[in-house]
Amino acid sequence: MNIVVCVKQVPDTWAERKLKQGDATLDRESVDGLINELDEYAIEEALQIKEAHGGEVTVLTMGPEKAAESVRKALSMGADKAVHLIDDALAGSDVLQTSYALAQVLGSIGFDLVVLGAESTDARMGAMAAMLAERLGVPQLSLASKVEIDGTAVTIHRQSEDGYWKVAGDLPAVVSVVEKINEPRYPSFKGIMAAKKKPMQVMSLADAGIDPSLVGLANAATEVVDFAERPPRQSGTIVKDEGDGGGKAAEFLAVSKFI
Amino acid sequence: MAEVLVLAEHSGGDVKKVTLELLTLARQFGEPAVVWAGAGAADGQPRLAEYGAAKVYVADGSDFTDYVTAPEAELLASLVTGTSPAAVLLASTGQNKEVAGRLAVKTSSGMLCDAVGLVAQDGKIVAEQSVFGGATVVHSAVKTGTPIVTVRPNSVAAEPAPGAAELSAVSLSLSDAAKSAKVTEKIVQETGERPELAEAAIVVSGGRGVGSADGFEIIEKLADSLGAAVGASRAVTDAGWYPHKFQVGQTGTTVSPQLYMAIGISGAIQHRAGMQTSKTIIAVNKDPEAPIFELADFGVVGDLFQVVPQLLENIQKRSGS
Repeated sequence: MNIVVCVKQVPDTWAERKLKQGDATLDRESVDGLINELDEYAIEEALQIKEAHGGEVTVLTMGPEKAAESVRKALSMGADKAVHLIDDALAGSDVLQTSYALAQVLGSIGFDLVVLGAESTDARMGAMAAMLAERLGVPQLSLASKVEIDGTAVTIHRQSEDGYWKVAGDLPAVVSVVEKINEPRYPSFKGIMAAKKKPMQVMSLADAGIDPSLVGLANAATEVVDFAERPPRQSGTIVKDEGDGGGKAAEFLAVSKFI
Repeated sequence: MAEVLVLAEHSGGDVKKVTLELLTLARQFGEPAVVWAGAGAADGQPRLAEYGAAKVYVADGSDFTDYVTAPEAELLASLVTGTSPAAVLLASTGQNKEVAGRLAVKTSSGMLCDAVGLVAQDGKIVAEQSVFGGATVVHSAVKTGTPIVTVRPNSVAAEPAPGAAELSAVSLSLSDAAKSAKVTEKIVQETGERPELAEAAIVVSGGRGVGSADGFEIIEKLADSLGAAVGASRAVTDAGWYPHKFQVGQTGTTVSPQLYMAIGISGAIQHRAGMQTSKTIIAVNKDPEAPIFELADFGVVGDLFQVVPQLLENIQKRSGS
């Protein structure tokens, strides 16, 4: 089975993240980048599917040169090879454009199964799996807490507000995974060494047949009007419990008309 | 005046509060028109009229329960083509963000997710978003196509306004592609009587400080005394003390209630990302240095097993029960 895992390099959520003055795009320079957390679950799931059903796991990323770090992490976990879509013209693309670019690459490299993390920690839109399924005309098997494959039939447990739904579709398909699906493995020393020798294909817009007028900040379907750092919250009243803390909290609730 | 389409959130004919909030926001940009996918529109109609819906497009049928997100997207896309609305508004749920994504592709339109406010500015619809765990406020607009915006619950107080809420049946013939992912079974896990986490006006969350799964009982009691939803920090859900779906934070649910109570939660950045935009925050923690106190409007430094029972007693006294 030809499994492609889409990964995204994101700014470390433990660091202070900022937008750049000027074009209001993400400041990727001043913050350490790392692989989007949920993407590690996607890689783990892809590796488990490969271990059970055979095939090959390809990591696909779109982003600047730095994004190769995340690809290496995926390769060191055990993925077989990588494709890096890199082109200055992609900078500042919004979700509509990114889904277009990724779909073009997926169409060009081919796939049986595409696996993604359910959302990224920076944009948090959680729409990419649906958008890729829409563009590629394949089943959307998203928000999966469990994936079962039997021949070409894929059944997932889709996380819902009040439980889960069993959703079924046939390969080729797009799957996105939520955190509780598995426990991602740590790269072994051997895996880290092996990753350095694994093939990494670099693709440009032309290689993937991507129309440059449909990507990039200037052509985006959305724009940032303005942005500002949120002013710090005004410091509140902090009391030390001296046997009356619960009573004081109740008083605050009453004054604020919550009780 | 152009219509503003609002996809209704409903269950058993009951309209969810967030839909009334969306109708309130929609009014500033045009004539609010509800899109009702599935059964129960007639039951929901009076409530929609009360909150200013001029029209209710109804597409009933089993497609919406049999398939995932594609039917809603096809329904909305056909209405966008047919009525050229000023915008499409959806409640920001996991499901709806996917519907919005498919709709954006179908109509080549820009989409904005997780708005916490919407205003008209220079003829554009500008969405306020709170990003990077609430540290940055961004105002964004759609440049291309029909603006598609998902809006978080509690972004605005729902205000009644009279509307005709005239029911208008829409037929939908679903494409084969939309039927490629089929729902074969829906498993409902115990939800109890508490409000939904993302929608609740009050959320009471417990963290590592509760010490064990048993310790969570006190969090539930406090929540119930306030009619609140229960939340949990990642430490708690990772430890298996409370189900994962109640996790508030970067990798869980983002909440923005009127009141958020953080009990035994230190306030790591991962947690703050999911609750920072709450209107009022109360914290109880043993550690006076806990970062949660930086956000708290009111904080008690102390043992939660001393403070919370006393708080409960006082709440019960005041409510006379």
